[in-house]
Amino acid sequence: MAYVSSSPHVSDKTTTRTIMLDVIIALLPATIFGIYNFGWRAALIVVVSVLSCVGAEAAYEFLMKKPITIADLSAVVTGLLIALNMPSTMPVGLVILGCLFAIIVVKQLFGGLGQNFMNPALAARCFLLISFAGHMTNFVYDGVSSATPLAVLKAGGDVNVLSMFIGTIGGTIGETSVIAILIGAAYLLIRKVISIRIPLAYIATFAVYTLLFGGRGFDLTYLAAELCGGGLMLGAFFMATDYVTSPVTKNGKIVFGIILGILTGIFRFQGNSAEGVSYAIIFSNLLVPIIEKLTAPTAFGVVKKKAKKGDK
Amino acid sequence: MSVLTFKGGVHPFDGKAMSKDTPIEELKPGKELVFMLSQHIGAPAVPLVAKGDRVLMGQKIAEGQAFISANIHSSVSGTVKSIEPRLTATGMKVNAVIVENDGLYEAVEVEPQTKKIEELEAAEIRALVKEAGVVGMGGAGFPTHVKLTPKNEGDIDTIIVNAAECEPYLTSDYRRILEETDKLIDGLKVVLRIFPKATGHIAVEDNKPDAIRLLQEKTKGEERIVVDTLKTKYPQGGERCLIYAVTKRKINSSMLPADAGCIVHNVDTIVSIYNAVMEKKPLTKRIVTVTGDAVKNPRNFLVYVGTPYTELVEAAGGFISEPEKMISGGPMMGFAMYSLNVPVTKNTSSLLAFTYDTVKDKVESACIRCGRCGEVCPENLLPAKLSTLARRGAMDAFVANYGMECVECGCCSYICPAQRQLTQSIKAMRKMVMAERRKK
Repeated sequence: MAYVSSSPHVSDKTTTRTIMLDVIIALLPATIFGIYNFGWRAALIVVVSVLSCVGAEAAYEFLMKKPITIADLSAVVTGLLIALNMPSTMPVGLVILGCLFAIIVVKQLFGGLGQNFMNPALAARCFLLISFAGHMTNFVYDGVSSATPLAVLKAGGDVNVLSMFIGTIGGTIGETSVIAILIGAAYLLIRKVISIRIPLAYIATFAVYTLLFGGRGFDLTYLAAELCGGGLMLGAFFMATDYVTSPVTKNGKIVFGIILGILTGIFRFQGNSAEGVSYAIIFSNLLVPIIEKLTAPTAFGVVKKKAKKGDK
Repeated sequence: MSVLTFKGGVHPFDGKAMSKDTPIEELKPGKELVFMLSQHIGAPAVPLVAKGDRVLMGQKIAEGQAFISANIHSSVSGTVKSIEPRLTATGMKVNAVIVENDGLYEAVEVEPQTKKIEELEAAEIRALVKEAGVVGMGGAGFPTHVKLTPKNEGDIDTIIVNAAECEPYLTSDYRRILEETDKLIDGLKVVLRIFPKATGHIAVEDNKPDAIRLLQEKTKGEERIVVDTLKTKYPQGGERCLIYAVTKRKINSSMLPADAGCIVHNVDTIVSIYNAVMEKKPLTKRIVTVTGDAVKNPRNFLVYVGTPYTELVEAAGGFISEPEKMISGGPMMGFAMYSLNVPVTKNTSSLLAFTYDTVKDKVESACIRCGRCGEVCPENLLPAKLSTLARRGAMDAFVANYGMECVECGCCSYICPAQRQLTQSIKAMRKMVMAERRKK
């Protein structure tokens, strides 16, 4: 029997699943470092978070009589990202609550994969941050409860930039080690899973903002600490680049990155909070449709003025 | 020398190794030949023969009477059996002249061409090309004499010979370049006679270095001929991509290549122009690649137009096992066939047969908005968005988002990680828009 179908008759081997697998691989250095840094409790949170997300997705789809799509691994990525955004002291019950919020409220209620207008993991983080601020900001490092480096900086103190780069500081499980995050990011860039546009525009804009409006003038050590801290790297490479909630147009990606950089700066320096990456990203997620509309590409060889608007 | 290219495109597995080293072999047809009256874009040709007539090899059996149409000649001598609708490789039924081959190959007598290339007049070349029924042999089948008669004749400064052969598995153009280099170059010179201002570019992808070297050697000292090296990337041989790669000029769907001062011809077409003008032979044969993992001995054949595909398969040693997918043309833009009882036409470039259909089990999943389709689109479109609009039936929005600029190259469907049928849905909508426009 010969099959008949419309061309093309061949396809690339990359699938949604292999892309998600690449993201998981890229998150492993940060995950492993987090477990090394914060101990068994970090491992527990990672496992609970991943299982809750996958379970929530499967249960929802089963109850709604939809095809079960957990094999695409997108729920695993969400679970992993939620875990990396939790302090290691987070109660397990609250982690599960965050996962249910991310998968059911943010992702599934809006139509599932590809339809959510906000990054589910960050939405969960912000939801927990607002509802359980005490638990979410309880950073224990080496058995001592401590403020994050950015909070120290905001209060006018000084921090060790090298340990921030390596990650031997307090914070959420996956955000502390810049080097581990960059290794993962390099993997994603080499595999062409993400493009450099959003992270580069984001980090560069934020750096400029810090030098201009950061309050300490041209202080490179301060700049380095601001870049390494507060989950900026994790956010820039792994969450701002989330396909579903970032613009698909090339110029849109750059605009998106610039907006992120400015918002993060405003939240950090002019706002009350020492950190602002999560809020900057979920807020910018909401701007994606309009960014895409304004940066829609013109077709090859078409001169914009002549573009016809519907022939009817 | 620098390598020329365009923005976007994909790199599918090329599979050319299977057939690229097999020399062109002439394949004599069997008892029955089928000459489709529509082997070209434009109006079908009008038959000049009736049932029972005896025809000679090279005799004109149908005439292209409309402005865009082409003559059709018998590739064998024999008797007209009937004129009836027959199945084409694209799945349609079209009227065809059926000729019973008498095996004598008795040819029509023609006066030999006495003039040299340098002595030919433009009008004479056009008349001979038209008479010989030459059409674009790369796939579309646009009548060549029409292409050679642009409105802005004086503005044509570039003649491009499309030797990219960017579709995977196809090797017929490659073999033609290697084996009939002189005819190709002379054919280009014939075309250049029409356009005194123009330079001829033979554009070849860099996966055929031996062809490039050979062409460079043979065109050494030719002032008006350049051999261009193209980056190997699909759809490098698409007309708009090729014109951009060679001249950096851009054309859109409402423009002709001539608007950018260019005329583009496929390798086989150029050789047919040579045959039509210098040997006064009509277009009755072409090179067809028969390949794929289901084919026992992949080959390049010189085939008589009208030969059924079944004979091509037999000549290539038959199938190793029953193929799941049979394609007329390349895997990116070709047509899947359910029957091989279809004849070779002037624009048949290949017959592919695969034991496993890689796309039959594809299940569409949700778009994850990765943007890959937009990155590979040579027309700089957003295929995922167009596909959504197409499925929703939003015709106006589809057009406003440049849906009619799509060239249906297939890159977006090829690359989509969610396995979405992007090209397919966009194609369907384009057909609806075109039908709507025809109504007005």
